[in-house]
Amino acid sequence: MGTGTGIGRVRGLGSARHGAHHWLAQRYTAVGNLLLVLWLIFSLVTLPGLDYESVRNWIANPLVAVPLALMLVSVFWHLRLGMQVMLEDYVHDKGLNFLSILLLNFYAIGGAAAGIFAIAKIAFTGVVK
Amino acid sequence: MARTTSRPLSPHLTIWKWGPHMAISILHRVTGNGLATVGMIGIVWWLMAIAMGPEAYDTFQKCATSPIGYLVMIGLSWFFFQHMMSGLRHFVLDMGAGYELNTNKTWSMVIPVLSTLATVALWATIFAGKF
Ligand code: HEM
Ligand code: HEM
Repeated sequence: MGTGTGIGRVRGLGSARHGAHHWLAQRYTAVGNLLLVLWLIFSLVTLPGLDYESVRNWIANPLVAVPLALMLVSVFWHLRLGMQVMLEDYVHDKGLNFLSILLLNFYAIGGAAAGIFAIAKIAFTGVVK
Repeated sequence: MARTTSRPLSPHLTIWKWGPHMAISILHRVTGNGLATVGMIGIVWWLMAIAMGPEAYDTFQKCATSPIGYLVMIGLSWFFFQHMMSGLRHFVLDMGAGYELNTNKTWSMVIPVLSTLATVALWATIFAGKF
């Protein structure tokens, strides 16, 4: 293996030198998830109803739309980092690994964009009535 | 992948006696990836359905409140609590604490109990409110 040497790094066999940042970002986003997902669960349970009108009106409130969008950013970022580690462990073929990380990026960015767009549409088209 | 085959490898899974800490570790991976796929597709589906209108939400609601829908949601809630608590355990271990054999084993056994209790409490609250 080329760990540490210049040519090894060029070939992608050594340390990519992003490990500590990856590890820290996993922890920062974990704290974000902890707060925001617990908030979502608590809100869903205490909401008077989960019918279309109630949920739509709830999300239209800026004090809900913003944390909900932040939750999507935090969770999708966290899962992008986390699933990358899982794929690196189990998908050994270099080409397949590259492809799976590519698809993971599509999923994470696409999923977050879809969710945030949905929230924005609900928030900007206002409360139904 | 290019690798030097003459290098020694550490002994793999098969030679170890299974213990609670190993179960917690692999469960962290299973629950994290389960939430990342099934859980987040569900959340985005839910948001998209609201954004698209009453008919789409109706379809979503029919799926979510079917027996399978409830099973999935109850499972996801256990997955979340389990992942959350083993994630908090990670924070403790990251600080270099909790590695003593007995401490480590005890917390590894307490965490699934706590997440099951949290799941039961959550759904008891939900169903108590409903009926
Ligand atoms: C619903 C929200 C969440 C999702 C979708 C999620 C997803 C994931 C995934 C896919 C991994 C990678 C697991 C692996 O393959 O080893 C992971 C790792 C991790 N998660 Fe989460 N997670 C969520 C919430 C949380 C929360 C609330 C915490 C903390 C309280 C947390 C703490 C961690 C930590 C510390 C790791 C890294 C473990 C390691 O370094 O081996 N996660 N998460
Ligand atoms: C761990 C996470 C979850 C919790 C704590 C939770 C909470 C609830 C609650 C409070 C109920 C009972 C329905 C009622 O009493 O009317 C329910 C059903 C439902 N859930 Fe979940 N849920 C979770 C996962 C999800 C997800 C991921 C979504 C969105 C994708 C969702 C959206 C809904 C909707 C819209 C219903 C049907 C509501 C109705 O017919 O009144 N839930 N869930």
